[in-house]
Amino acid sequence: MSEPGQHRYVSSDRRVREDRRFVVGKGNFVADIGLPNTKHVALVTCPYPAARIKSIDVSAALALPGVHYVLDGAELAAATLPLMTGLDTPNVPRRPLAFEVARYAGEWVAAVVADSRALAEDAAEKVKVVYEKLPFVLDAEQALEPTSPLVHQAHGSNLLLDKTFTWGEVDKDFAASPRKLSLRVKWGRSSTVPIETFGVIASWDPWRDMLDVHASIQMPRYADQIGIALKLPVSSIRVHYDVDVGGSYGVKRGIKHTVLVGYLSRRLGFPVRLIEDRLENMRGGDAHGPERLFDVEVAFDDQGIIKSMKMRALENVGAYAGRSPFQLGKPIGAIVGPYKIQSVQYRAIAVVTNKTTQEAVRGFGQAPTNVAIERTVDEVARVLGLDPIEIRRRNMIRHEEFPYTIPSGTTYDSGNYHTVIDKVLAHTSYEELKQERDALRAQGKLAGIGIAACLEPSGGNAMFEALLNPKITTTTFMDSCRITVDGVGSITATMHTTSSGQGHETLVGTVIGEVLQLDPELARVTRPDSLNSLPSGTPVGSRMAIMLGGAAFHAATKLKAKLTAIGAHDLGIAPERAAYANGEVYDRNAPEKRRAWVDLVQIAYRNFHRMPADMEPGLSVSHVMQVPTGGKLPTADGRVQMYPCTSFEFHLILLSIDPELGRPEIVKYRVGHDCGTVINPKIVRGMTMGGIAHGIGAALYEEFAYDGEGQLMAQSFMDYLLPSSHEVPAVEIIHHCTPSPHTVLGQKGSGESGYLGAPAGIANAINDALRPLGISINTLPIKVSVLGDMIAAARDNKEK
Amino acid sequence: MRIKLDINGLKREVEVEPRTTLLDCLRDTLGLTGAHAGCEHGVCGACTVLFDGVAVRSCLMFAVQAQGSAITTIEGVTPGPGELSPVQDAFCETHGMQCGFCTPAMILTAHALLANNPNPTRAEIVEAISGNICRCTGYAQIVEAIALAAERMRGANRPKDAHP
Amino acid sequence: MKAAPFEYSRPADIDEACALLAADENARVIAGGQTLVAMMAMRLARPTRLIDINRIAALAYIRQENNKEGEAVAIGAITRQCVVERDALIAKSVPLLARAIPNIGHAATRARGTVGGSLANADPAAELVLSAITLDAVIEYRADGESGESPAREFYIGPMITTLPAGAVLSGVRFPIWRGKVGVGFHEVNARRSDFAFVSAAAQVELGDDGKAKRIAIGVGAATDFPLRLESAEQQLKGGALDDAKVRAALREALADIEPLEDLHASADYRRRVAVDLAARAVADARQAAQGKSHAY
Repeated sequence: MSEPGQHRYVSSDRRVREDRRFVVGKGNFVADIGLPNTKHVALVTCPYPAARIKSIDVSAALALPGVHYVLDGAELAAATLPLMTGLDTPNVPRRPLAFEVARYAGEWVAAVVADSRALAEDAAEKVKVVYEKLPFVLDAEQALEPTSPLVHQAHGSNLLLDKTFTWGEVDKDFAASPRKLSLRVKWGRSSTVPIETFGVIASWDPWRDMLDVHASIQMPRYADQIGIALKLPVSSIRVHYDVDVGGSYGVKRGIKHTVLVGYLSRRLGFPVRLIEDRLENMRGGDAHGPERLFDVEVAFDDQGIIKSMKMRALENVGAYAGRSPFQLGKPIGAIVGPYKIQSVQYRAIAVVTNKTTQEAVRGFGQAPTNVAIERTVDEVARVLGLDPIEIRRRNMIRHEEFPYTIPSGTTYDSGNYHTVIDKVLAHTSYEELKQERDALRAQGKLAGIGIAACLEPSGGNAMFEALLNPKITTTTFMDSCRITVDGVGSITATMHTTSSGQGHETLVGTVIGEVLQLDPELARVTRPDSLNSLPSGTPVGSRMAIMLGGAAFHAATKLKAKLTAIGAHDLGIAPERAAYANGEVYDRNAPEKRRAWVDLVQIAYRNFHRMPADMEPGLSVSHVMQVPTGGKLPTADGRVQMYPCTSFEFHLILLSIDPELGRPEIVKYRVGHDCGTVINPKIVRGMTMGGIAHGIGAALYEEFAYDGEGQLMAQSFMDYLLPSSHEVPAVEIIHHCTPSPHTVLGQKGSGESGYLGAPAGIANAINDALRPLGISINTLPIKVSVLGDMIAAARDNKEK
Repeated sequence: MRIKLDINGLKREVEVEPRTTLLDCLRDTLGLTGAHAGCEHGVCGACTVLFDGVAVRSCLMFAVQAQGSAITTIEGVTPGPGELSPVQDAFCETHGMQCGFCTPAMILTAHALLANNPNPTRAEIVEAISGNICRCTGYAQIVEAIALAAERMRGANRPKDAHP
Repeated sequence: MKAAPFEYSRPADIDEACALLAADENARVIAGGQTLVAMMAMRLARPTRLIDINRIAALAYIRQENNKEGEAVAIGAITRQCVVERDALIAKSVPLLARAIPNIGHAATRARGTVGGSLANADPAAELVLSAITLDAVIEYRADGESGESPAREFYIGPMITTLPAGAVLSGVRFPIWRGKVGVGFHEVNARRSDFAFVSAAAQVELGDDGKAKRIAIGVGAATDFPLRLESAEQQLKGGALDDAKVRAALREALADIEPLEDLHASADYRRRVAVDLAARAVADARQAAQGKSHAY
């Protein structure tokens, strides 16, 4: 590990190399890829939340000119295996097209293939499906009732997961604590909703037995899952990772889409493309995010020290499980947030309902959990009359207490929470902020200050899988980099997954430049296809700076060692006497004796006679990196080391509400952010800003709302409200750097930063604003009309 | 229908169905894939092009309606191979993007703004891009890019020895 | 999201447009298309023929017209919203429009969106419809070689429903000009600033030299099936000093019996209650603006 401030390229404010292609419109997005003779898919969707498919008549659709095929769920189910799911729920199979029963409004029932997308849509309208409507359930609590309709009859209940963990002496701590408090918090169904929908082109070559896949994908084990479902060897699937992904933030998984077009291309013999349109994406793209109900109870003392917490989290996963129930598991790795809560009981419940299926969303369940924790901490402060910052200071882990092991088994690597808070308050006076709030109140506004302090577990040691499903024994989470110096001395490095805006090429180049002490621009970064790739876990779990950055660091270090050995040998000195600097190797005892880069390349590629014995010729090295602190299964009592690093963020928000309209407006937004060593400041700042904007959306605007009939009401951008530039305030970031001891440069993750705390901070600000009226709201998103109606009712009550 | 279009200063003649949007015509018929389909119902702004110099949604117009108007796409504001316009360069300088999907539209919107307002305030920039949704950045570095481009473009028109 | 197939016509003048429209009952006129094209993309609208009036130059104008009813500003149907937004005559003579139009969508949709298109589309939340009803504008149309017109207050009868005769093409609108110490106010509320309003309110006031309201017009949009004129409130407030408490009382009474819309974004109660507040704000702004004028126009 290295200290901050000592780097040559790391942490310097360099441009992001990917940007040049994007500003001229030359990104390689999936919809831009034209393969000859490609045909287009449009979907026939189920109009009901639950229905048995009685018959499908495709004759009128097939009669239209330019229409090639209509695929239904029965044919696909006979030819493919169900998609991989996370939990051990064999009777909740998930397939690309509904088979026998459709389980949510918008579920794909048939796929039409035609010469153009417009023709495919024309034909989709002509597919006649006869349905028998079935009873349905939308609400998670109702789904748990014994009388509830079953979403999956064969499963026998709507319960996918109900697991209670008890870490520490919860009952004893509750009994011993003089004060208790409970709170119910609801996180509304929202998601990341990238501006690019999911898209995929599959092209089967029967003469080479090869399925070429171009997709806007962010998915671990993508090729494996396609291969298993299509019953093809994974070596027959070539995923092209050089596709630029137009935003993902977790959701671009697209397995069902890929299996669908992969099957169609094999069946029909030409490339088949499915680019979701926005309606398909919102209703049937299976890209919704968590919808979670929390019941939190805490035990604390008169000083506000929180001793113990019980949390029940009930997740409405929608119609099929996929991987989404694991989003109840990831927060276990930071279940106490930045606080020293000594015992925890956590009950994780996942139920199926007749809503759209979920996918992974930025933070993988952490942002909702943080709202529950941070709302609760604020309530503790309120009942004790304590300042919300003061109560956090009292409960937070202190710098000198790291590494710190939380009750659920994860050891937090490092942090300096109190200092970050001090820095934010040195930047923006808390007293002045309170005066500003009070001045707004004096003007007749409702105004509040919102605080949120939370962690971004990063690195992706996804041990929640084994924790929630004991059949899973995966403890290996990898990323890789290969560096080749070619015969004329140019450097090419590889990464082995797609990116969706995270600047991974810049990351790899910067790290290699740092290690080799060469201009990072000299290192080209490429993305071989999946058949030529080393293992990658893809950009999930806020892990790429740690894992891809780490792999690049180690590969570059191996390359440096090899160059040094070659140079030493050629100089005729012992390897320990040789040193590497700026692309050259020299004799420490006689620095004028050196071998330049070109000399070393010459030896490696053309002068075997000058090579050290037993050394491979050429200059190609690779490194497959296992996640730091990883490699251990959970203990019998459900403790495990989750992610290796914890970034910290502290949100300080001043918000005002027009009391008549109920319309909130963010007046000031400050965030203290510590993600260890920042590799590229522009990238980290952008991610934090974007995360806050996304968090503002989840807190105030975005919801996949359903009506009582099971119809998704927010199925277009007219009703699913993404924050525009009007809604995102100027945010000031106050940086701090507490390097991680577990990573090569001290870096931690930042891909989820901002989003993990913004919803909690805004919810706390609104509740602070509402406090004078004696009301509170713990249901997100906090919509204008709801807030307006609540305020009006509270004012009426006060007058009475 | 056979229609004649004026795209990035070139006369192009294409055959399209009346129902083909200008966006689909640009992308599928003319191969100008810098305009992106985000929502296809006029909200996200990723399909923005300049229509007689004004930023419009190319998904909310049929190609047959564009006959006789001058259309500028991101390909048309790029000065040449490997070269960037001042706005494009400023977006690189501030990293006013992440995934790059909304970026061409954002840059065209900025071009349209700066053509009429060489010295926009922050509020004017925010207003100008409010019809272009970016999911990655939270807009901060985009606003900075446009302000930086404006500053540089104002400077570019000033004689070398002039006082600021 | 591709539109269903249709035929496309680009008539040279409005009578040709009318003839095309009369010939096909499923034909539709397209002006700016900022609503229609989106509806077509979702296949919620599926005209068999689109009659594109964008190139009929005679329908693009903003001019003053004086007739027996008095002075008015006439705006042609295909005049772009962004042109009205920046027009000097509008700013001077129909300032309410200048205030209202920046609230329509985004700059990029106002660049294509037309005055006539919005008026004909009759969205309950349309700022132009609210302005027309509030100011007693007159909608002009052409059908069968004849010109016709309708007061805006009779033109709108339901959400997206007007009394425009079948086969007629909306050709323009006349906004009466108020002279004297005139002020306007316009307010709306939505979740995001550029969304359709949950409630909008417009007011125009002419103050006498005594500071009392000589004329007053108040409208509320987006709350009900189509924008409302609050006549009873206007009658109560006319001749008065427009102090806030009286204004609110009058508005509350005028809005007590409305049947507000209720949807995903706002409850009926919200719309009723906030309509009072926004209308009061609009009146207050209008009064203040009028007071600021020694003797305007």
